[in-house]
Amino acid sequence: MLLIRCPYCEQELPEIEFRNAGEAHVARPPDIANENDADFEKYFFIRTNPKGIIYERWRHVHGCARFFNAARDTVTDRFLLTYKAGEKKPKKLPGAGKQ
Amino acid sequence: MDRAAVRETPAEGVTRTFVLEGRSGKNSRVTIEPAAPAYRISLRAPAESLASLSRALGVKPPEQPMGSAYAKSGDFAGKGGRVALWLGPDEWLVIDTQGNDPMVDCARAKALHSAVDISHRQVAIDVSGAGAADVLNAGCPRDLSLAVFPVGSAARTVLGKIEIVLLRTGEEAFRVECWRSFSDYAFTFLAEAARDVS
Amino acid sequence: MTISFRLANAGRLGRAKSVRFSFDGKEYAGVEGDTLASALLANGVHLVGRSFKYHRPRGILSAGAEEPSALVGIHRDAERKTPNIRATVQELYEGLNAVSQNRWPSLSFDAGSVSDLASPLLSAGFYYKTFMWPKVAWKSLYEPKIREAAGLGVAPDLPDTDHYSARYAHCDVLVVGGGVAGLAAAFAAAETGARVILCDEQADLGGALRYEQGATVDGQPGWEWAQATVAKLAAKDNVRLLTRTTGFGYYAQNFVGLVERLTDHLAQPSPDQPRERLWQVRAKRVVLATGAIERHMVFGDNDRPGIMLASAARAYLNHYGVAVGRQVGVFTANDSAYWAAVDLKKAGVNIAAIVDTRDNPSGRAIEEARALGIELNLGRTVIRTNGRLRVSSMVVQAKKGGPERTIPVDALLMSAGWTPSVHLFSQSRGKVAFNKTTNRFVPGDYAQACVSVGACNGTDGIDPSVAEAFAAGEKAAREAGAKARKLSRPKAETSESWSRGMAGAAPGAGADAKSKAFVDFQNDVTAKDIRLAVGQGMRSIEHVKRYTTNGMATDQGKTSNLHGLAIAAETLSKTMPEVGLTTFRPPYTPVTFGAIVNHSRGPLFEPTRKTPMHDFAVARGAVFEDVGQWKRAWYFPQGGEDMHRAVDRECVTVRKAAGIFDGTTLGKIEVVGPDAAAFMELLYTNPWQKLDPGRCRYGIMLREDGFIYDDGVVGRLAEDRFHVTTTTGGAPRVLNHMEDYLQTEFPHLKVWLTSTSEQWAVIAVQGPKSRDIIQPLVEGIDISDEALPHMSVRTGKFCGVPTRLFRMSFSGERGFEINVPSDFGRAVIEAIWKEGQKHGACMYGTEAMHVLRAEKGYIIVGQDTDGTVTPDDAGLSWAVGKKKTDFVGIRGMKRPDLLAKGRKQLVGLKTKDPKTVLEEGAQIVADPRQAIPMTMIGHVSSSYWSENCGRSIALALVKDGRSRMGETLYVPMPDRTIEVEVTGTVFYDETGARLNG
Repeated sequence: MLLIRCPYCEQELPEIEFRNAGEAHVARPPDIANENDADFEKYFFIRTNPKGIIYERWRHVHGCARFFNAARDTVTDRFLLTYKAGEKKPKKLPGAGKQ
Repeated sequence: MDRAAVRETPAEGVTRTFVLEGRSGKNSRVTIEPAAPAYRISLRAPAESLASLSRALGVKPPEQPMGSAYAKSGDFAGKGGRVALWLGPDEWLVIDTQGNDPMVDCARAKALHSAVDISHRQVAIDVSGAGAADVLNAGCPRDLSLAVFPVGSAARTVLGKIEIVLLRTGEEAFRVECWRSFSDYAFTFLAEAARDVS
Repeated sequence: MTISFRLANAGRLGRAKSVRFSFDGKEYAGVEGDTLASALLANGVHLVGRSFKYHRPRGILSAGAEEPSALVGIHRDAERKTPNIRATVQELYEGLNAVSQNRWPSLSFDAGSVSDLASPLLSAGFYYKTFMWPKVAWKSLYEPKIREAAGLGVAPDLPDTDHYSARYAHCDVLVVGGGVAGLAAAFAAAETGARVILCDEQADLGGALRYEQGATVDGQPGWEWAQATVAKLAAKDNVRLLTRTTGFGYYAQNFVGLVERLTDHLAQPSPDQPRERLWQVRAKRVVLATGAIERHMVFGDNDRPGIMLASAARAYLNHYGVAVGRQVGVFTANDSAYWAAVDLKKAGVNIAAIVDTRDNPSGRAIEEARALGIELNLGRTVIRTNGRLRVSSMVVQAKKGGPERTIPVDALLMSAGWTPSVHLFSQSRGKVAFNKTTNRFVPGDYAQACVSVGACNGTDGIDPSVAEAFAAGEKAAREAGAKARKLSRPKAETSESWSRGMAGAAPGAGADAKSKAFVDFQNDVTAKDIRLAVGQGMRSIEHVKRYTTNGMATDQGKTSNLHGLAIAAETLSKTMPEVGLTTFRPPYTPVTFGAIVNHSRGPLFEPTRKTPMHDFAVARGAVFEDVGQWKRAWYFPQGGEDMHRAVDRECVTVRKAAGIFDGTTLGKIEVVGPDAAAFMELLYTNPWQKLDPGRCRYGIMLREDGFIYDDGVVGRLAEDRFHVTTTTGGAPRVLNHMEDYLQTEFPHLKVWLTSTSEQWAVIAVQGPKSRDIIQPLVEGIDISDEALPHMSVRTGKFCGVPTRLFRMSFSGERGFEINVPSDFGRAVIEAIWKEGQKHGACMYGTEAMHVLRAEKGYIIVGQDTDGTVTPDDAGLSWAVGKKKTDFVGIRGMKRPDLLAKGRKQLVGLKTKDPKTVLEEGAQIVADPRQAIPMTMIGHVSSSYWSENCGRSIALALVKDGRSRMGETLYVPMPDRTIEVEVTGTVFYDETGARLNG
């Protein structure tokens, strides 16, 4: 069981309090009703599914109940950073690339 | 169970049913018993509303994660009172065990907020004794040492297969809040875990 | 009368109390502190089991957890029969009842041992070759026969009456292993004040000090120092000592699984005591002090009872006071076996000879053996052994061949060297490194905050181990946040050195050897099997492992892996690291399902949720159904009614008079804030801004893909407060879905969501008499049709308690849903029931509720929809706000496929024969005479007998269904084809007149 740092609770807490919520930084288009098919496909269906660093959403569902974002390495299953919902995608990650 | 703590005026013959009525668990190291009925609200508000809500409620909702704050009049270990538990950055659980409905108090606050009555949504179980933390750790994955989870700490977390709100009311005393229909599971779980902590 | 091999002047059990036990029905005596293995050996019993594949007689190989051979069943009582227990770790208790396994009819005569003679057929990979065809023979012949002959113990056939517990624990430093290194590390860490957990699989801490006679620590004999250190640790508040506790799994971020055995050593465990406790430990730092495991020698017939590891014989002697024989031979490639011979000789046991494959070994061990007059055969090898149920002699030959010499022995000790136990290190994702000088794998790169110390780290010698462990314990505590303290470490001394040795087959057990040289005792894998696997093309050690099953038994190859690897490497002419080591996976030793499941059985397997009115329904005779975790009243049979009759009566009564229904399980969410209506606009297809407070609306929620996600009636309590209901099963996910959008897409909205599902008990009263029934109980609300029309909500009092009273209907009748605080649900339903009886009302359950709503064509999300149904498909376009410019799903709904012709649409079906009730899920075709597979154009989603309609009714999703009104379609069933007519979805009161009273 992983430990995940909740940016709202400001501490590392056991994984079973959390739930993954899919890829992060996929913003719902403001005028979604008028999106063309290609753009809607990109927004709704296409995900990066990287081998390596993924930016994803988590919810501290059995804790403070907040959604937040995380950068996780899908190879090592390590969390490199967690940050609050609405914050920009970080440019630099601590310890990225380390095993 | 002190039932006078909540004032209600049902019609004649209409009585309140306490879901954990008659349940108890006790051994040399831990006592598990249903807590008295209480008023509860789920309070949601932005930071700028807190001053106004504090005045209305008589308790300042804490802004520190895992924090709790008691109204001046009392504390939980003693004869009860009103306490506000930090559950999230804009979410508090306010519990009143002295018969004063915080919904009424909140209605006086003009500042932006949401108050929802959840008095009957939840049931509380008091777990106390030298083995209390061990009993909870049978199903709660958090570090309940006094260094990490000192007296007054509050958190929504997990107990076995259910969600709970945990408040440490003393070095060897906790209040476990859970939804009504999960209270049988919670009590059964705690009693079963207590067999291992005698 | 059995002859005792217990020596008066050896061991630590001294004058311990005698303990009676039985093995295969025969009574024996041991002493307190014995393991089953030591007690059997004290009685001269070496034969304890039959091997897995060849049914060869097997004895006791080890004195610890690595035991591959001595597996027995322990039968406490009828319910508690545990198979595959290692006799070497099973502590003796009064009345212990052990049985041997894998033999028929008896241990000494086993009919299955003919498979030993047939062994050429059972070579490596025989699973994959012998039984290839005919295919049918697998089920009828091969599998049952193999299962009967092979396999280990017999699984218990009754539910386990023991209970198991679990505990999460947190600490600064977890030390796994309580030998000299583990104790030193734990002591150093504990002295800093850090929170320390020390666990060891044995009953007593001390590890190899149990048998290493010459070691001293701080001037004390090693074992005494260990016990004194244990006492010091036990006295500290910051230390938790866990004996009989195996660290079995090392997971991410220093999350380590331990299993503690609490009662397996007790004659009369208290019923309150769990049998085992699962510890899930989160440690800031982990110190691994898991020691090393001695390897056997791989030579011909090395599996006969009486042949065992040298360290085991030493443990039996020095700790248990048991001589493993009277005429003991030794076969070794390593010094440590000499110490076993020395100790035995000093205790008065005759040592027949030491056979050492090394030409010129030197050092204190050899000198002492010589000084004691023990015969040494250097540069020689044992090529085979003799004996039927126990070894009777060893055959010795020079390494390069030549004349054979047979030396009679009744026990044969062996040591090929020591394998560092890197299991947990490897599980932690650390990478092992091969040390060429010492020919072994040791911890290399670490992946987690842990450190290995002592023998498991390849550190030789007791003092270097203590030094390393002490420093590591102190450092780990400091890294975990403890304050540094100046500590002085214990000093240890010994004359022993155990390094080096060999891996692979001994000289003489080469490719041309006739007899079986076992590598893996538990899975009966020989050196020849491994050579064969390589010869047949296996190159990777992972393939060799799976082809031969080497290391795949319950002992996970603790003694065999390195030998297997060495033989494979030799055959491939490669080095061991080139061939690679197999992956270590949890668990280190077998873990019971009981420990893994722990508290989660019986009533704690899954929460059972009951509504506040549950007991009332029980008193009314309800039959319940499971809906998720909820128990819901399904129907209320009266006077011997079966389900159909009860449901028919309930349905008719609701429409004629009234029915009372427990609707508590519906999800409820309170949406509060100045932007509540704006939020509702975004989450539901319907318009909400203009809904007046006090009114309700049926809402549909979509996902972004445009498909129906949930539905429910929503009441507006105030400008800024909505009472939303969801389906029973949808409650948690709908709230999650709403929170997701609110927090991440629409965080600017001033609105908050609170689950009130369990705040309110909900009692539905439906039917023409419903208003008359509740009228006397309502206070402060005008419930006339004019003041409270269909789809309205008011707050007030009901039976004197606060209520949210909804005028709404899921039956098509005039109806009310009364919400009262949960704790009053029971009393309020009693009051309603009392009134209801005056008007001929009945209680009704979920089945009647389903029928009544189907009569009205009301859908159930999840039954009539399946995640691919749009509002239009379900005939609910009217609920989509046409002027709205945004809501979740607005774009998804416009996807071309969702607008295309040919979509399945919800319609009604009437069977041509009104008595025929369709099966839900049945497929629908247009032409029943077409060839199979037929073109299916839809399926039945809901189907019931409707007593109110006097016929069967069904809802179905049919391709272009709404343009097929009146058409005849077909439902092919296995035994017949059912003709149906496509109709509208409303079967009863099409105008809806009854809703309004």
